[in-house]
Amino acid sequence: MALKTEEMVLNMGPQHPSTHGVLRLELKLEGELVRDVKPHIGYLHRCFEKHCEAMNYHQIVPYTDRMDYLASMSNNFGYAVAVERLLGLEVPERVEYIRVIVAELQRIASHLVALGTYGVDIGAFTPFLYCFRDREKILTIFEETSGARLLYNYIWVGGLAQDIHPDFVRKTKEFIKYFRPQIEDLNNLLSYNKIFIERTANIGILPKDTAINYGITGPVLRASGVKWDLRKNDPYSIYNKFDFNIPVGEGKMGTVGDSWDRYYVRILELEESLKIIEQAIDGIPEGDVKAAVPRRVKPPKATIYSRTENPKGELGYFIISDGTANPFRVKVRAPSFVNMEVFGELCKGHLVADVITILGSLDIVLGEIDR
Amino acid sequence: MYEFLQNITGNQIVAYFIAAALPLFLFILPYALLAVLAERKVSAHMQDRLGPMRVGYHGILQTLADILKLIQKEDIIPAAADKKLFISAPYLIFMSSFAVFAVIPFSSFFIGSSIDIGLFYIIAISGFVVAGILMGSWASNNKYSLLGGMRSAAQIVSYEIPTAIIVLTMVMLTGSLNLKTITEQQTDFFWNWNIFGGADAGISKIVLIPLMIAAFIIIFISMLAEVNRTPFDIAEAESELVSGFHTEYSGMRFAMFFLAEYANMLAVSLIISALFFGGYNSPFGYLGNSLGVHWLIPIEQIFWFTLKGITFVFLQMVLRWTLPRLRVDQLMTVCWKYLIPYSVAILLIVGFITVL
Repeated sequence: MALKTEEMVLNMGPQHPSTHGVLRLELKLEGELVRDVKPHIGYLHRCFEKHCEAMNYHQIVPYTDRMDYLASMSNNFGYAVAVERLLGLEVPERVEYIRVIVAELQRIASHLVALGTYGVDIGAFTPFLYCFRDREKILTIFEETSGARLLYNYIWVGGLAQDIHPDFVRKTKEFIKYFRPQIEDLNNLLSYNKIFIERTANIGILPKDTAINYGITGPVLRASGVKWDLRKNDPYSIYNKFDFNIPVGEGKMGTVGDSWDRYYVRILELEESLKIIEQAIDGIPEGDVKAAVPRRVKPPKATIYSRTENPKGELGYFIISDGTANPFRVKVRAPSFVNMEVFGELCKGHLVADVITILGSLDIVLGEIDR
Repeated sequence: MYEFLQNITGNQIVAYFIAAALPLFLFILPYALLAVLAERKVSAHMQDRLGPMRVGYHGILQTLADILKLIQKEDIIPAAADKKLFISAPYLIFMSSFAVFAVIPFSSFFIGSSIDIGLFYIIAISGFVVAGILMGSWASNNKYSLLGGMRSAAQIVSYEIPTAIIVLTMVMLTGSLNLKTITEQQTDFFWNWNIFGGADAGISKIVLIPLMIAAFIIIFISMLAEVNRTPFDIAEAESELVSGFHTEYSGMRFAMFFLAEYANMLAVSLIISALFFGGYNSPFGYLGNSLGVHWLIPIEQIFWFTLKGITFVFLQMVLRWTLPRLRVDQLMTVCWKYLIPYSVAILLIVGFITVL
């Protein structure tokens, strides 16, 4: 005799400990088995794109901070590159070096949050605090240089807000020296933990073709085995001067493109970012940190789509200029937003606990999804 | 203890009450207060933090302050909750986890009730916890609570089987259900502890050592699961189910779940020490014996028993802050595919050895 069962609708979030912000998930459950997931977004919408139409190009920079608030530097960087391309502007060499260094430090900081919170999602609380302790050191470096700890407003169109702090180079070098062994620590504590592998390997497998079809970018795409990194494939700034690898998922513990791969690609990227910083930190040339940019820039009538590699993936700025001081339209292609779309497909047929595992492995930031 | 109190008070009923209340007030409640603080301090120091530092010296009064705060809080009962069940669930869990201490011999002198079916009583009374958890989760009328309660019930019921089988093994080996008798068999040196094959010398002792170590590991894992501690804390997995079956509880009712958890931790630690690690026996003679001060012996025994118990509690804390959490199906796999077959094998072999 078969018992009659019913599907249960479970509303997860927007106030839930592990939806990474104010995401709301509507889960259709059969027992603990997930039959369908419907993400609801928009709880953090701040009309960024509409605001941009009423501001001039310089004023938009602090607003970009607030999109992916864990990687403000990278957002600034992407926006500055976009507007500079629109203006046809060359920035001084010193600026480019500093931009690359802070962007890579930011990538490490952002990945540390991703890795730490992923541990919490799986149930290990201690790695989270280790990651935050190390991130704190990066924030201190940024605070000295830019004056802020989270929303820096540091990389401006045509240059930087101000020059780096005199201690910047020394502290960054100290950080690199300090941080390398910490990665090993994290590996021993979490990455190669048997329970952690059991929980993440073969969970939420994202095949190569699905990833490409959905337009997934960043570590999530690379974990599926696609060697795609804009720093190499579509170089901007001075990334082509540096030597680094693009780590891809290999399915070491399970299948290529599972949650463990997505986690581990981030671990490997920490090392690559350190490599870039090491190469750049000694080569910072002397000079000015601001190109000659007028206070009110008026780009020619044009449209531009400019993309950069954010910690979370491809951050694209699509700007339409109508020749006035304000942009006619600014559209942002947010990596978290695009990566989130595949979530429902990954979750089907998994357990409730795996929904959290998969969500954590995608590493979304709601500030960026909703903008 | 009871006989002693009966002699003093000259009244059976009064003696019963005092004998029952003494371990609770003298030992368990202060322990629970300290353990909550210890957990926070252990986790803090493992994580490069300091933990509570403000209330008292290094925050030693923090738990007291927390309890005071929780008592003052508004007693919130959700509108859709089943009121009677909702209110009684925490009491049931609190009661059953503290009732276990009645039969645990803290020293040769200090035992709440030295009944002959002590181990059976422990297994029976800890079954109440499942009922309490199910009551609480169902009455909350919350989907997270329900999922947590279901997980928890399945988990505790499953893990009771390997626990019971190992306890049965120990009963076969020692020939007694009375924890005090079992403890008394392991006197003198630590070589006589059950983990080292018990007090009987001979070949059987050598054969028993690896079996006993395996049995200890199995019972430790399953007891960890029974008290819902990491890596088996799926019942209250905060990253998935908010806080599982007690999501809707607040104030003093929440504190009861909380204190019950810590009491449970100590209870299982003490049971394991009594079964495998000689209970209240000193690993190497008593100071009281060598000095000729005989009233010192029970105090030393309490010291050793507490030390053993606290060691295992500490181990549970360290595990909690090191390991991630298993998934529901993996948890069941560990129990049904590994722990139960191995424990049955141990039961059979030990039974064979005992017969020989």
